Amino acid sequence: MQNPQYNQQMEFFIDMQRCIGCHACEMACAECETNGQESMIHIHYVERAVSVQTTVQVCMHCEDPVCANVCPADAITKDDFGVVHTANTSRCIGCSNCVLACPFGVPKKEEKAELMMKCNMCYDRTSAGKKPMCATVCPSQALFYGTREEIEKLRPNSTPVSKFLFGQEEVNTKVNIMMPKGSTELRIHP
Amino acid sequence: MAKLPTSVDSIIDQFGPHKAYTPKEGFQGVHEPDKLVKTHCCFCGMQCGIQLKVKDNKVAGFEPWMEFPFNEGRLCPKGVQRYLQNNHPDRILHPYKRVEGKGFEQTSWEDAMSKTVSEIQRIQNSHGRDAFAMLSGVSLTNEKSYMVGKFARVALKTKNLDYNGRLCMVSAGAGNKKAFGLDRISNSWADLKHAEVIIIAGTNVSETFPTLTHYIWQARDNGAKLIVIDPRVTPIARTADLHLPVRPGGDSALFGAMLKILVDNDWLDHEFIDQHTSGFQESIDAVKDYDLAWAEEKTGIEAAKIQQAAEWWGKAKTSFLLHARGIEHHTKGVDNVLSCINLVLATGRIGKPYCGYGTITGQGNGQGGREHGHKCDQLPGNRDITNPEHRQYIADVWGIDEKELPGKGLSAYEIIEAIHRGEIKGLITICFNPLVSLPNNNFVREALEKLEYYVAIDFFLNETARHADLILPGSLHEEEEGTVTTAEGRVVKINQAITPPGEARKDSEILIELAQRLGVGDKFAYDKAEDVFNELRVASKGGTADYFGITYEKIEKNMGVFWPCPSEDHPGTPRLWEDRKFKTPDGKAHFNPVSYRDPAEVVDKEYPVVMTTGRVVSQYLSGTQTRRIGKLLDQYPEPLLEIHPKLAYQYGIKDGDQVIVKTRRGEATFPAQIVETIREDTVFIPYHWGGKHSANQLTIGTLDPISKIPEFKVCACQLIPTGKMASVQIKETAYQSF
Repeated sequence: MQNPQYNQQMEFFIDMQRCIGCHACEMACAECETNGQESMIHIHYVERAVSVQTTVQVCMHCEDPVCANVCPADAITKDDFGVVHTANTSRCIGCSNCVLACPFGVPKKEEKAELMMKCNMCYDRTSAGKKPMCATVCPSQALFYGTREEIEKLRPNSTPVSKFLFGQEEVNTKVNIMMPKGSTELRIHP
Repeated sequence: MAKLPTSVDSIIDQFGPHKAYTPKEGFQGVHEPDKLVKTHCCFCGMQCGIQLKVKDNKVAGFEPWMEFPFNEGRLCPKGVQRYLQNNHPDRILHPYKRVEGKGFEQTSWEDAMSKTVSEIQRIQNSHGRDAFAMLSGVSLTNEKSYMVGKFARVALKTKNLDYNGRLCMVSAGAGNKKAFGLDRISNSWADLKHAEVIIIAGTNVSETFPTLTHYIWQARDNGAKLIVIDPRVTPIARTADLHLPVRPGGDSALFGAMLKILVDNDWLDHEFIDQHTSGFQESIDAVKDYDLAWAEEKTGIEAAKIQQAAEWWGKAKTSFLLHARGIEHHTKGVDNVLSCINLVLATGRIGKPYCGYGTITGQGNGQGGREHGHKCDQLPGNRDITNPEHRQYIADVWGIDEKELPGKGLSAYEIIEAIHRGEIKGLITICFNPLVSLPNNNFVREALEKLEYYVAIDFFLNETARHADLILPGSLHEEEEGTVTTAEGRVVKINQAITPPGEARKDSEILIELAQRLGVGDKFAYDKAEDVFNELRVASKGGTADYFGITYEKIEKNMGVFWPCPSEDHPGTPRLWEDRKFKTPDGKAHFNPVSYRDPAEVVDKEYPVVMTTGRVVSQYLSGTQTRRIGKLLDQYPEPLLEIHPKLAYQYGIKDGDQVIVKTRRGEATFPAQIVETIREDTVFIPYHWGGKHSANQLTIGTLDPISKIPEFKVCACQLIPTGKMASVQIKETAYQSF
């Protein structure tokens, strides 16, 4: 184990109903040394004309990451803790396969740098026993980093879900989303 | 001469606002800071704990402060970006003097100080002491607020001192003093956690106090029902159990009708009412005719929703009622507050665990700043400047003759009116930008232009200070030690991270030198902020806002102390009224009868649409600080006119069209944002911008008769569609206030 402080009990939970669209997560994410003032998490209105509902778009850290599978340069890797790392800059060829393949629309190609960039779960912080920056600052705690026991105790009306069905395709992720109590999966109809 | 010395464009070139961004690689040394300084955010009343990274006497970044109990590292976007001010290119680094036709030219501190003093003396000798006024603000620490109050009365010897809290918490303060004899939220935020019902009235919590959202959700996780009263579906209202979309101005009708429902159903705490309150019968008599049909008409809220809210509130065992500017910025702001308090008292749910009530104080030190004497009618410890005993006590603390202590002065907007009438000739401001933040600001501009001499102390040149004769460069929040009192009444420590850059000075040093030159240096013999605080402790002793038992050491050790704290062995008071000993003369909590009355301006054929104003999450107040931070501006670059699709359709307005909004005060053009999240009869404009984009060109300057707060939240307007889309250039430069 390279990082004895990395606590594998800690998980990332997203609760869209709590999101207030303030963008604190984006601004805090951009502060990271490796992000060069770009955010790896994105907040968007769903449809501002009818609602102030916003969504959180961040790497879900798939168990079987499609982005890594389709990468012709083997630039994207998943580590022993299940964290899918942003493309290795010396390998990435800027082909955008990952951008097109990700079911959650997460990776962005940094056009100027010709590099794919995405969230690596604040590896510098989480490997040192801290929370990721976005979940640290999130004022409504729509983004929560903690153990499963903690969130189940704190939020008895919701259930963490990490299984997504895109038509026939099942995707399991390290990141959880909070759904109504008793939910087991999120089915996205084709 | 308080007219602009040159074109606004050339002033903007020199002093901004300009957008600042962090360099891609971060500020130099951000990854190896010399130190991390534990302090607080400089913006709202939550006063979130934050650590500033300091390298070579510059703030280079931030690190969350996980241990501070209120926010445990949580921050809003303004908090994340706050560190950009110290490195900002717009920072005023030297004293400047106005030169007609040229703009502002650097001057020396010596010349600036002597000119300030000679102008004060000239104006006061020719027109009387009160012809020189001071306007202050509550982004200042307790120490500076206290010092400003003393400076105006002891050094300037003027009665005309007031502050920007006049646009913020004064209706709540006046209401709380009437009902409880004391002006503070009754509970700490911790008491939200197990409240069964939470009412938030006129407070866009998630955009103006984002970190408080977590506490409301904690309560909801524990089963609380959330009732939100707001003309708009704000982010916190979106998921509320009940949203009451009140028509602006209808608040006291709603609360009056709810009180009647409580009475009709006997959802009352008779024991509490009988033993600990007065005025109940008069208060219920005042609402006896406020039935649901009447309330529906006055408030624009469906009767069934009003009934539901009253039933949830009436039947709850624990509850918390919070309000903010939405019900307070009215000509009946105090009435609205009192009608909320009546609901709390009728159900007896105060002074007990998870039973709370209060205003959410808006400004960073809105609580502490309103207690220690830079209000026109107040002395430290929340004492009354018209009360002979209070005057004598403070005169003794200050070492002056009580007869020398000025009396009650004019409130903030009244000071502007007196300048306009020519009665006040000179002005010194610190931490206040009335040209953006006061209503009917074309009138405010006319007043400023009539001043004979105007001195502005600030760290950035705000829109008002463009009119100054002299600019004195002051200090940022992180450049001076002190304390602030958060919205929950917790006194916390602001730690100095860096020294002021260039020739800028600590605000306190500027005030002390001016006091010395005005001949009262012996009354301002402070070596450090703690000396001021220790004097404030004595000055507040025995007052309702009693800080005597609070020391710097105690604050640091306990991560804040809740006042009242009358002695050093006292632990502080997170929850008020557990002893049921209210601070009113008879020791009881007072019901106050509230009869509904209309706003100052109601819609008519000529001005048929209700206009209201408010804030967005990425900006703070008049924008002096936040309209200089690139990412905050990019998030919401210019003020938009929120309008319901049905109203937009009536006028043929399409999304993004430029719409002229006209009131009896003026007109301005805003792009339409067509949204279903607002009442059909109401439009909303955020007020953080100046110049042509200022919503306060349109708002009305009519004041609450008691609190003197202006009616920002309701006026009548016309909408005139132009059929044209806004140009990108306008959007990109709106922040500059040309």
